[in-house]
Amino acid sequence: MFNLFLLQLLNGVQLGILLFLVAAGLTLIFGIMDFINIAHGVLYMVGAYLMATFAAATGNFWLGLLVAMPAVVVFGLALEVFLFRRLYDRSHLDQVLATFGLMLIVTEGVRMIWGSSPIFVPVPELLSGSIRLLGIINYPVYRLAIIAAGLAVAVGLYVMINHSRIGMLLRAGASNRPVVSALGVNITWLFAFVFAFGAMLAGFAGALVAPVLSVDPGMGGSVLILAFVVVVIGGIGSVKGAFVAALLVGVVDTLGRTFGPILLQMAMDPSAASQTGRTLAPMLIYILMALVLAIRPSGLFGRRAA
Amino acid sequence: MTARLEIRSLHKRFGALAVTDGISLDIAPGELHAIIGPNGAGKTTLVAQLSGQLAPDSGQVLYDGRDITHMDMAGRVHLGMARSFQITTILHGFTVLQNVALAVQARKGSSFRFFGRADAEPALNAAAIGYLRQVGLAERAGDVARNLSHGEHRQMEFAIALATAPRLLLLDEPFAGTGRQEAEQLLALMRQIKGKQTTLLVEHDMNAVFALADRISVLVYGRIIATGTPGEIRANAEVRAAYLGEEDAAC
Amino acid sequence: MSDSPAPTTAPPASPAAPLRRPRLFSRGAAALAIFGLMALVPLVAHLSDDPFLTVAFTRILVFAIAALSLDLILGYGALVSFGHAAYVGFGAYAVAILSRHGITDIFVHLAAGIGVAVIFAVLTGAIALRTRGVYFIMITLAFGQMAYFFFTSLSAYGGDDGISLRGRSTVLGTDLLAHNSVLFYVTLGALVGLYLLAAAVVNSRFGRVLAGTREDALRMQAIGFRPFRYQLAAFVIAGAMASISGVLLANQAEFVSPAYMSWHRSGELIVMVILGGIGTLLGGVVGAVVVLLLEEWLSVFTTHWRMGLGLVLILVVLFSPKGIAGLFERLLGRGK
Repeated sequence: MFNLFLLQLLNGVQLGILLFLVAAGLTLIFGIMDFINIAHGVLYMVGAYLMATFAAATGNFWLGLLVAMPAVVVFGLALEVFLFRRLYDRSHLDQVLATFGLMLIVTEGVRMIWGSSPIFVPVPELLSGSIRLLGIINYPVYRLAIIAAGLAVAVGLYVMINHSRIGMLLRAGASNRPVVSALGVNITWLFAFVFAFGAMLAGFAGALVAPVLSVDPGMGGSVLILAFVVVVIGGIGSVKGAFVAALLVGVVDTLGRTFGPILLQMAMDPSAASQTGRTLAPMLIYILMALVLAIRPSGLFGRRAA
Repeated sequence: MTARLEIRSLHKRFGALAVTDGISLDIAPGELHAIIGPNGAGKTTLVAQLSGQLAPDSGQVLYDGRDITHMDMAGRVHLGMARSFQITTILHGFTVLQNVALAVQARKGSSFRFFGRADAEPALNAAAIGYLRQVGLAERAGDVARNLSHGEHRQMEFAIALATAPRLLLLDEPFAGTGRQEAEQLLALMRQIKGKQTTLLVEHDMNAVFALADRISVLVYGRIIATGTPGEIRANAEVRAAYLGEEDAAC
Repeated sequence: MSDSPAPTTAPPASPAAPLRRPRLFSRGAAALAIFGLMALVPLVAHLSDDPFLTVAFTRILVFAIAALSLDLILGYGALVSFGHAAYVGFGAYAVAILSRHGITDIFVHLAAGIGVAVIFAVLTGAIALRTRGVYFIMITLAFGQMAYFFFTSLSAYGGDDGISLRGRSTVLGTDLLAHNSVLFYVTLGALVGLYLLAAAVVNSRFGRVLAGTREDALRMQAIGFRPFRYQLAAFVIAGAMASISGVLLANQAEFVSPAYMSWHRSGELIVMVILGGIGTLLGGVVGAVVVLLLEEWLSVFTTHWRMGLGLVLILVVLFSPKGIAGLFERLLGRGK
């Protein structure tokens, strides 16, 4: 039982790390631009597809990653310059509509180019196989690598946000937008930077996950909504909040699915428990979100009453 | 006699800045009390706390002897406290009549009525027209608020404030941004209600304040440095130094 | 802030009668024309020997009801709810689940669907409405997704794959709805009835408070209203109306699946309202017709029709913010 717990805990952390990468950019974009981007999941998906393509083309995971990352940034930047830039001063409703439209276009575009069937990316040799942890469970090295890479990004983000000039601008911008323009910063460039940066993180998450999950056109949507939940729980504009909330959501979701039915068996008969558990487990994170909001309407690390 | 509004050592800080620094003040029923002070004195923050938009850090606000410190804005309006001007109360897409009728509706009967055209309710419209007449705007009743001039907006704000049937009128810089003609019009309106209506007038415009107020309090850096009749305030040396002198120099 | 003179072109208006009559009349005429044309569909289907037309238009009317209900909160309450498809699903699953257990009467289905919708709307609305802006959008989206996952996991009722109905709902023991044209007219009747209901609500005291809150919530508080309760009531009404469309949708398709509740569906409902013209009630109806016909039409040419829809959306947002209605207004030179 403990083995299973540990295994699922690691899986939960790994999911949380991926969610953090997607949500970090999202929360900054919400916080700084007050812009709702339904198409953010698309960047995650495009990252995965580019990774799959370049890894196959070069025959090398690392070369693939090296090419895919700048490609995602360019893609994100292009979206910013040609579309999002025109939407910042529009109503949220317009933003929802246009980015929803964009999401449809890119998802269909991906279907046209790569087809609807899932694509698989092989795990790089260096990170293949499993490792024995604490002498009791075997855990895939690659999944550990995802966790490590995500943590490294988190640390890097922390340092950047708290100890650099651009980080200071981001913090100022997320809490009080007029301040940034008052500082005489070129808002256009700052926004483009934030956007490209968010695209890179989401694309990175997509690329990382490509060897673990199948790459398919539906992958963006499911991650987007989880990322929304993370942003809401963590508090808009707070990268720290996104980190805590992402781990929370990842762990609660993963453990809930495994242990919900097991725990319920203590209270009811096995078949009812398994059905109830399977029904409740996917709802857990939303219930978690509702609870957090009921207590703190602006999220765990939100600055103001939203 | 209890004061209509009693403010007891109100404090509010924003970070290190004490914006409201221990304000105490009484407003008697029927009085027109003015608060003046230079920009940044904390006038708007004070009004925000009195109207329930902002919660004070400490201190109390009493209304007819009742503690309303933690009551929300709508609750205070129901008790008869109306705030106007700095928060605009005009809905620009509504007609003038609808704007005022909505304020009447707020205190007359339930708004959980899902049927029956609100536009066709004689009780609402008749009352609204009455207030519009009082401010001299009845002939514009059918126009969309957006199309009115700045001065007419001021008149409308007044009508809306009156329509909430206030026992205390909080007027937050009604003269800000008015031209001379509009200011005179507004002054005439204020004279009409003076004596009948308990009013707290927060204002930057010296002429209006000295022409209207029964009593004046001078707010500087979050504190009230003097309270008295216009004559007393004019004569107060501290006020002259802190405020009027500066004003003279600016003119 | 300069003293602008009063516009002298404004027509003198009698103070007691506000200026909305003429527009309301033309809107009423437009509604009459649209619903009248719709009523002819089964006739056309019969003459052209194309029974599919009636079925297809029943579906359009169903979504028109859903879009209409969304417009009530989106257009009149400025509440961008991204979880509205969930309510359609509640109605649909009320039919599927109850029918499975032998309860086939449509009035029971309606009562159950509306009941669940009201409870869900009260609970999630109370949480979502404590927030504003992007929070509200994301929270309604998340709760919609929660409902989606709930039905996905109900393996007893088809789970992910959905569930076929053995037949349509019965009406007081008769299988009246088995006839496609009857179902069509019942749906049309529901649409017209709900449209009139929504129009009444919008013009009522309640509707006026809702519209005032949309313009400026702070101002409404300043004159003594607490916006929350009115917005929540509107949210609940809209959810209940949408669940009615779900009951009809299950009957039209004779199949129910979680896909009805997916966030793409919610997005499409928003699209319908915007394309048709937000805050006009009739716009939602027009939008449903346009979007679903566009879907049919585009899918003739390509399986990638969603790309076309996406393109239309972006173009509309960038160039015609008031939707198709705005486009017409501009073409007819009636713009402001």
